[in-house]
Amino acid sequence: MLKIENLRVAVEEGGEIVKGLDLEVGRGEIHAIMGPNGSGKSTLANALMGHPRYEVTGGSVTFEGEDLLELEPDERARLGVFMAFQYPSEVPGVSVANFLRTAVNSVREEELSAMEMYRLLQEKMRVMQIDPSFAERYLNEGFSGGEKKRNEILQLLMLQPKLAILDETDSGLDIDALQVVARGVNEMRGPEFSAIVITHYSRILRYIEPDYVHVMLDGRIVTSGGKELADELEAKGYDWVRQEFGAGTQS
Amino acid sequence: MPEEKSITELGLDEYRYGFRDPEEYFFKTPRKGLDPEIIAMISKHKNEPEWMLEFRLKALEIFLEKPTPTWGGDLSGLDFDDIYYYIRPVENQGRSWDEVPEEIKNTFERLGIPQAEREVLAGVGAQYESEVVYHNLKEEWEKQGVIFLDMDGGLREHEDIVRQYFGTVVPPDDNKFAALNSAVWSGGSFVYVPAGVHVDIPLQAYFRINAENMGQFERTLIIAEEGSYVHYIEGCTAPTYTTNSLHSAVVELIAKPGARIRYSTIQNWSHNTYNLVTKRGVAYENATIEWVDGNLGSKLTMKYPAVYLMGEGAHGEILSVAYAGDGQHQDAGGKVVHAAPNTTSRITSKSISKGTGRSSYRGLLKVHEGAENSKSRVECDALLLDEKARTDTYPYIEIEEKKVTTEHEASVSKVGEDQLFYLMSRGIPEDEAMALVVNGFIEPIAKELPLEYAIELNRLIQLEMEGSVG
Ligand SMILES: Nc1ncnc2c1ncn2[C@@H]1O[C@H](COP(=O)(O)OP(=O)(O)OP(=O)(O)O)[C@@H](O)[C@H]1O
Ligand SMILES: [Mg+2]
Repeated sequence: MLKIENLRVAVEEGGEIVKGLDLEVGRGEIHAIMGPNGSGKSTLANALMGHPRYEVTGGSVTFEGEDLLELEPDERARLGVFMAFQYPSEVPGVSVANFLRTAVNSVREEELSAMEMYRLLQEKMRVMQIDPSFAERYLNEGFSGGEKKRNEILQLLMLQPKLAILDETDSGLDIDALQVVARGVNEMRGPEFSAIVITHYSRILRYIEPDYVHVMLDGRIVTSGGKELADELEAKGYDWVRQEFGAGTQS
Repeated sequence: MPEEKSITELGLDEYRYGFRDPEEYFFKTPRKGLDPEIIAMISKHKNEPEWMLEFRLKALEIFLEKPTPTWGGDLSGLDFDDIYYYIRPVENQGRSWDEVPEEIKNTFERLGIPQAEREVLAGVGAQYESEVVYHNLKEEWEKQGVIFLDMDGGLREHEDIVRQYFGTVVPPDDNKFAALNSAVWSGGSFVYVPAGVHVDIPLQAYFRINAENMGQFERTLIIAEEGSYVHYIEGCTAPTYTTNSLHSAVVELIAKPGARIRYSTIQNWSHNTYNLVTKRGVAYENATIEWVDGNLGSKLTMKYPAVYLMGEGAHGEILSVAYAGDGQHQDAGGKVVHAAPNTTSRITSKSISKGTGRSSYRGLLKVHEGAENSKSRVECDALLLDEKARTDTYPYIEIEEKKVTTEHEASVSKVGEDQLFYLMSRGIPEDEAMALVVNGFIEPIAKELPLEYAIELNRLIQLEMEGSVG
């Protein structure tokens, strides 16, 4: 469903960050991407979602046969692509409920009635163990790190995308919150839902079991394997990867 | 079709409120421009008492003497000789919904106000062509002794009260435009709330300008006696015109000890209107005056609602929002004068600028000697929607008293790329995402308005932003 071929992404002040990356994600599959700080994981995620600051300089990305790179971020979202942000933005004065209503009605073909929207929101907030009063809080303003992450998964549940890219959603979460977030993602799991889980820790992968684990190093995927690769990585560290797969050199 | 052309020139083709009704004038001053003869004609036509004619003539002299202000905005395009100063529509004033002329109902229709809300718009005074033509005062208010009339009616029926207060808060020599209004005023509202009476439902007036080259000079006077409360709402949606049009109103508020007056306005003038308004209120002991002011449209708006805190413990509050799109200048802000001890005030000003639009905050905070323990807080925030847009602040502070607390905060922000991307990544198109950020920005003020007006404000801003996005 998602096919990335030889993708290259550059930023104005950082030069080329993603340097020829290939990845294929099938329907219903969960892929984990691990890799050291600065290896380009967030850059990949942002490029897939269409952030204007990340310029695609080469390669192609198709989603269900459509050229994703041609589309605006909102159009990508309407196709069913979602990204949980590593650092979600704050939008003062816009309540979570108002934002979600606008977003849900943007991606759906038929608008939900106010009542349906209310019920849906109540239900999903319960799953995410978010206090109902958060619906009236301003989007991410004054949210704790963990609350922001939960709010990202709440959006995932409300929007029901086909592909979710989770950028370090597990970072900064306590054990309980981690389980809540994992439960949220697992609720989406099914033959129609795929995900790319970007993480530094194998812990979350015990709750959200990946079909594949990829290691990203210096803008490329250098090795892939099953979920056991995550444990191996955690035990041996990235130096092992660098030596083993000879990455870290420019090409 | 010259009019069509000008609408395109103004970039207002999407301007849904640019409709106009046929103009049927009952009376129109025979020529443009101003002189004592025209003033006499207006006054005679209205059957006014002698003292009002004298008041007008005196004001005309002041107007002619005073130079056009050179601060604030560019008034060079304004030609005082090219304006009709008085027009009155055919229809007389209606009291019940049934009596409201079809044309006016159509106007409400086209403004998209649902019937249910129109009913709620109880006590609506819609100023149509310089004059309130629709007036529906709820029975219980009448029983309570509340007077809500158009200003001309107020003068006719309650001359003694009008004579006592008219021009006392904003005297004709206050500024050139106050003098102009004093000379040619027509329409506006007269509200009198007896001591201890709380008017629960806001009094509302909906009005528009509907004649080319016509100035609109409404005059509003609100008197709240001791311990009373009233919320007056003025909404305005103007159609578009080919030539420069002038709106110059005067609003005077008097809050007696312990009274509270809230005055809310949303104005949306066509993009060639000069909107020059003097709004001022005096608050006596423990009284409160609140201005909630939304300024959209116009070519140039110069408006600084003022509160004079005259009695101990009085409180003044000014909340204003301005949107300046291409070619527009919003020079808005507020003035507070602390003239008594233990008085408090707060000014919150939010402006949004886009394209070649320019918004300025101009504020005056004055604390007189002896106004001990006064507290004042000024916050002005500007939001720029693109690189070209411009904003400036001119905060003037004069403090003659030592024991006071004043705070001033100003911020300028831009709609961030990351913020927009975040919203768009959830499927929200760019223009809607932008509107969401803007609505969020003005939320602290919108939430002070009754729901239907808050929605209207958001919708008007969205309309203004449309067509120029992307
Ligand atoms: N907008 C930008 N401008 C300049 N440099 C950038 C920008 N975005 C990313 N970079 C640089 O690109 C590199 C990769 O960043 P990226 O955020 O993709 O890493 P990451 O793999 O997500 O790291 P982490 O694990 O720390 O989140 C870093 O060196 C970073 O500084
Ligand atoms: Mg990252």
